[in-house]
Amino acid sequence: MSSRRVPAGLLVAGLLMGALPFLKLPAFYESFLYLALFWIVLATSWNILSGYAGYFSFGHGAFFGAGVYTSATLAAKFNWPFLWTLPVAALVAAAIGVGVGAVVFRVRGVRGEVFALLTLAVTFVLATIIGNTPIDGGPGVYLNAVPVPRLGPSPTSSLYLMMLAAAMLTLLVSWAIRHSRFGAGLFAIHDDEDAAEVMGVPTYRWKLAALAVSCALAGLAGGIHALFISYVTTAETFNLTVPLTVVLMSILGGTRHWAGPAIGTVAITCLLFAFTGGEYAVLGKGAIGLILVIGILFMPEGVMGFRAFARTPRGVMGSPPPRPSPSRGRVPADPPPPPGEGRGGGTSEVLLDVRGLSKSFRGLKALSNVSLQVRKGEILGLLGPNGSGKSTFINVVSGHYLPNGGEVWLDGRNIAGLPAHEIARAGIARTYQIPRPFAQMTVLDNVAIAAMYAGRGLPSLEAGRREAMQWLEFTHLAGKAHSLPGELNLHQRKFLELARALASRPKLVLLDEVLCGLTPTEIQFAVEQIRRIRDQGTTIVFVEHVMDAVMALTDRLVVFDQGVMLAEGAPREVMQSPAVMSAYLGMAHA
Amino acid sequence: MSFPSWTLLSQSVLSGVFAGALYGLLGLGLGLSWGLLRTINLAHFAFAFLSAYICYQLAAVSHVDPLLTLAGIVPLMFALGAGLHWLTDRFRLTPFSSLLLTFGCMGIVESLMQTLWTADPRKLESHYAEMKFRLGPLYLPIPEVLTLLLAVAITVAVWAVLRFTDLGKALRASAEDAPVAAAFGINQRRNGFLLAGTCSAIAGIAGVCIALSSSISPSQMYAWVGVVFAAVMLGGLGSALGPLLAGIVIGVSEAVTMAVTSPSWAPLVSFTLLILILLLRPGRIR
Repeated sequence: MSSRRVPAGLLVAGLLMGALPFLKLPAFYESFLYLALFWIVLATSWNILSGYAGYFSFGHGAFFGAGVYTSATLAAKFNWPFLWTLPVAALVAAAIGVGVGAVVFRVRGVRGEVFALLTLAVTFVLATIIGNTPIDGGPGVYLNAVPVPRLGPSPTSSLYLMMLAAAMLTLLVSWAIRHSRFGAGLFAIHDDEDAAEVMGVPTYRWKLAALAVSCALAGLAGGIHALFISYVTTAETFNLTVPLTVVLMSILGGTRHWAGPAIGTVAITCLLFAFTGGEYAVLGKGAIGLILVIGILFMPEGVMGFRAFARTPRGVMGSPPPRPSPSRGRVPADPPPPPGEGRGGGTSEVLLDVRGLSKSFRGLKALSNVSLQVRKGEILGLLGPNGSGKSTFINVVSGHYLPNGGEVWLDGRNIAGLPAHEIARAGIARTYQIPRPFAQMTVLDNVAIAAMYAGRGLPSLEAGRREAMQWLEFTHLAGKAHSLPGELNLHQRKFLELARALASRPKLVLLDEVLCGLTPTEIQFAVEQIRRIRDQGTTIVFVEHVMDAVMALTDRLVVFDQGVMLAEGAPREVMQSPAVMSAYLGMAHA
Repeated sequence: MSFPSWTLLSQSVLSGVFAGALYGLLGLGLGLSWGLLRTINLAHFAFAFLSAYICYQLAAVSHVDPLLTLAGIVPLMFALGAGLHWLTDRFRLTPFSSLLLTFGCMGIVESLMQTLWTADPRKLESHYAEMKFRLGPLYLPIPEVLTLLLAVAITVAVWAVLRFTDLGKALRASAEDAPVAAAFGINQRRNGFLLAGTCSAIAGIAGVCIALSSSISPSQMYAWVGVVFAAVMLGGLGSALGPLLAGIVIGVSEAVTMAVTSPSWAPLVSFTLLILILLLRPGRIR
């Protein structure tokens, strides 16, 4: 796509705008443009965490303020040359952000709302600390004596040029992240954090990284702004104007687009200018509030959101989605087999060795002391009545739940208790019984996430998408590659789950009722696909209620009942054992 | 740092209890609408301060008895709260969108108040403020005592309604599982409006208490956000008694901090408590 055009365009725009001060504009225009650029930096940097990953911060004012006070203190009290204070301002803001994030993101219960409130509290705490210590001490800090670096013909134009550079940097960073592997991971976190973690996205580290980048840029803007206002007080720095305005601008422009916040900024700045004569005064705050209310109610996706939606290409890949009909459907080429090349039946070599695995929920024993082995290249069926612990088994082995006891050895490494993303990297993939696609990412990118992050992992978004396309062809979803998951029907969503699980070329796939809810023809197709997956050397644990498919596919069966293993062995023998007949079939046939 | 005398310490514990009563009164409606209606209502603070200003206007300028202003403020706030609920309900806002929406409302109300009453602090001089009890060496200002009594009475009343009446059971059932509750014949629309209106009416009462006991300025409402949310989270979402108890714990800790160190460090207390709650009991906030 236009991978070079956007940064080039930004650079040209930056250079053109950089030439403005030399045209001898009145200082008033420079100040106005300065303010617009200032808000572009703040809104765009806010968006890198809050828009991309969905963790709305109300504390952007705190990180901005950290930059303001760092630059003010270093320049006014320690007489540093001003330009040297800016990197430090960015670093200090990033460090505070990472400190807050390291505590807040570690707590599992902290989702969007709580994060927003906590960051709001950080603003006032930081204000308290700064106001009470010699950093400010109450009266504020004057920067009158600090010389403005001579970059342009006048001090105002120098400030304008500095902020222009910061804005260009911020937009480039925002654009680059949006179109990177990192950015795709952030979007996955936005849509479904648990599923992202299971696909191998290191959610904790990614959120911290996004917060650090976001804070650093806000700190940079704060540093420059300290010199612009030249008199810094806690009351003026740490109030709600910054978070309120920034949230509004980003929402109005669209938080899922790299340029959304900037476009929102331009719109709001012009509106405010038209209404209040350029003063961010009393009415301005009310106007911002009103626009925010209207925006939330009528345009939750923002301007760029509407545009992106309208542009969603349909049937880009040419053909309409091929209906899977086993008799005469086109047979796509199998993707190259993953490492490990068993050809069905299973070997005697053990891939997954589960020893004494237990999991209980407040005294309810969902799994008690389960030990089983999965051999390389086999399809192991996992049966049991509802509530017997099958799904819990998958959730514990894939790292979604922490086990209460026991060990899970994969290829000679104990993976029990590791974070889910590390288990995904070690080579275990899973599907969800109820499909959990990333709702606002295309089908292609849904699969690319797994290809980039799980298993051995691919280093770039392009490579991930290329790999993902192969698996979409394998699951007959290639025609839907650029649709959103919401446009898929149930069976296509089930196959999307399958494609996501396979895209990482896992050693072991845990399939959680992939056939449930499909029609007989669709089941037939799916069974063939699963057999082909196994024939490529992938080991499969197959949880299913559809008995025909179970008997047709599995090499061995394990039956659970009330969290304990009831029977294990060849499918026919297991199904005829009296214990299984009474515990499982007796109930299931009732 | 010198250790203050016992009299000073008990006086500050007492003032902490009074402050905590106000946190609890504000937190009550906030926590109920978060826990039972899934609306995180930042406008709650705006409603409280708007009430405080209306009380100030009526009492200081028109010489109405401050407590009588409640007769007008309570229905007005009830209507505002129900109106806001109509918006969140009509547009099916998620808790998060409701937070953003009410964040915007806060800005609107702030600018309205600044336009009408300016940004300068206003103080209501009422005859209540001059009345003080003496209990041994301790002072008991009437407005604060009144706040405490109101907070306790309202909290207990709300608790009893939620606990013992059909309405309370219906509200809790709807919060637990709305579709099932509806299938059992619960009129959720009516209950939702009733609860949202009541929450805002309580905010109105809290606003009058604020006007009686301290000076008010529009931007001051933001200072309450952190501490009241801390009380709500500590007390538990949707709980009636929790916010008051948690509010008093926070109020007393703040007051003692102020007595031992300096007043400006107080905001750190609620934040530290909030972080500790999150780290130690993450399961409670859902």
